[in-house]
Amino acid sequence: MLKNRFFATLFVFMLLFLAACGNTETKQESTPEKKVEPKEEPTELILATTTSTQDSGLLDVLLPIFEEENNVKVKTIAVGTGQALEMGTKGEADVLLVHAPKSEEELVTSGDAVNRKRVMYNDFILVGPKDNPADVSGDDILAAFKTISEGKANFVTRGDDSGTHKKELGIWTAVNIEPTGDTYISTGQGMGASLQIANEKNGYILTDRATWLAQEKNLTSLQIAVEGGKDLMNIYHVMQVNPEKHEMVNSNDAEKFVEFMVSSETQDVIESFGKDEYGQSLFFKYTE
Amino acid sequence: MELIFDGLKKAIEMILTGDREILEITWLTLRVCFMAIIISSIIGLPLGMLLGLTRFKGRKIILVLINIGMGLPPVVAGLWITMLLWRSGPLGHLQLLYSPTAIVMAQVLVSLPIVTGLTSSAFQQINEKMLLQIKALGATNIQTIALLLKQTKIPIVAAIMAGFGRVIAEVGAAMMVGGNIQGDTRILTTSIVMEVSKGNFDVALAISFILLTVALLITAALTLLQQRKRVS
Repeated sequence: MLKNRFFATLFVFMLLFLAACGNTETKQESTPEKKVEPKEEPTELILATTTSTQDSGLLDVLLPIFEEENNVKVKTIAVGTGQALEMGTKGEADVLLVHAPKSEEELVTSGDAVNRKRVMYNDFILVGPKDNPADVSGDDILAAFKTISEGKANFVTRGDDSGTHKKELGIWTAVNIEPTGDTYISTGQGMGASLQIANEKNGYILTDRATWLAQEKNLTSLQIAVEGGKDLMNIYHVMQVNPEKHEMVNSNDAEKFVEFMVSSETQDVIESFGKDEYGQSLFFKYTE
Repeated sequence: MELIFDGLKKAIEMILTGDREILEITWLTLRVCFMAIIISSIIGLPLGMLLGLTRFKGRKIILVLINIGMGLPPVVAGLWITMLLWRSGPLGHLQLLYSPTAIVMAQVLVSLPIVTGLTSSAFQQINEKMLLQIKALGATNIQTIALLLKQTKIPIVAAIMAGFGRVIAEVGAAMMVGGNIQGDTRILTTSIVMEVSKGNFDVALAISFILLTVALLITAALTLLQQRKRVS
């Protein structure tokens, strides 16, 4: 029966892979069990956070500590702050770590988020082309936005409802300008990708300092234009999704996570993060 | 140019030093993709065969739907699966969102129409006179199917390869339903997206070389299987 040989081979091929799949699954399950023999199966906690905390590498340092201490598996979903907050209002996440204070307050008012605590800050900076076509500098971000808008220099915006985007829109509102036209480039992408676009398009862009420092080496035609003003503070809060309003929320571990983020040991880790690589802190202690 | 060499160097380095994380990501990618294409084939091959060989009312409408499905954008598939699996969604109690199973579901959704559609085209090509002849020679149903499978081997493997190409290249849906969680749902394509957004182009390139190598090896194996001469 030669005619069936090909399909027999294919069948065996697939079975082999199925078997292989099965094997590793058991292997993977058994390895962590061996490591943490006395402990129970870890619980899962969904953390919705912003791309900046993941892209900067901060979470890679913090989460293993928390997971180890509490026998929890943290599932990080790194999205824009807008989406992270939306996950909160839908009850799709257990805990949020975000940086858009005004929108966060709405969640607390609506009862979707509880136990909101201030964790840390870093600052926003305005970066722009090295030849500085709009000639902006210093620490006055409002004046800089005005000048850029008048001078028709390119301005790149995240346009993705993220914390940084909300911050930028707030500044435009403060100077009473509605940015439009060809020079206002909306990317709809994350911070890193938007910085790349600003780099290529010779545009100014508002960014958080952590992402800028992490990516500076790839952004050869950009430099810091405006920094240090009091309007440029970037504050992060952590909060639990309200278990009374949403089913299936893991409030037990979420509460532990909030406690963990504001504990003094964690705060020290946050402030020392990045010092080795960049010679300065990327995030600063800022609890209430 | 320099970046490409850096990426290639890094890829070789990662493989030679057995970088644990990248090996796990690659293995997960393989598991997820194979699971998806196996499920798609198990459903799609018989379904395509049925649609290709039989004639019934409504068959054309089904074919139109399948052909539209072939072009279903992965992000749309991802969005549907996400809404289905939300805690507040109809399948929320299963807690499958942000798990490899969710990725497999999305990948089946985008590859099933391809496998089904191409298989049905293959069977539609079969000459009706041949079908009559087989029947006239007194073949049983099983014998008939076996004979037809032998006839359509090349396009069927092509259907599986096309489906596989779709799932291994897919990123939008995997990002949405998987969440790119480290050590859990991070696959090769989603890690490329992440490394690019981090600005680590060398790492992204290195991972892309690994992805291409994996795809090349599997497609080559399937092609050899497809092109093998019958021994008779």
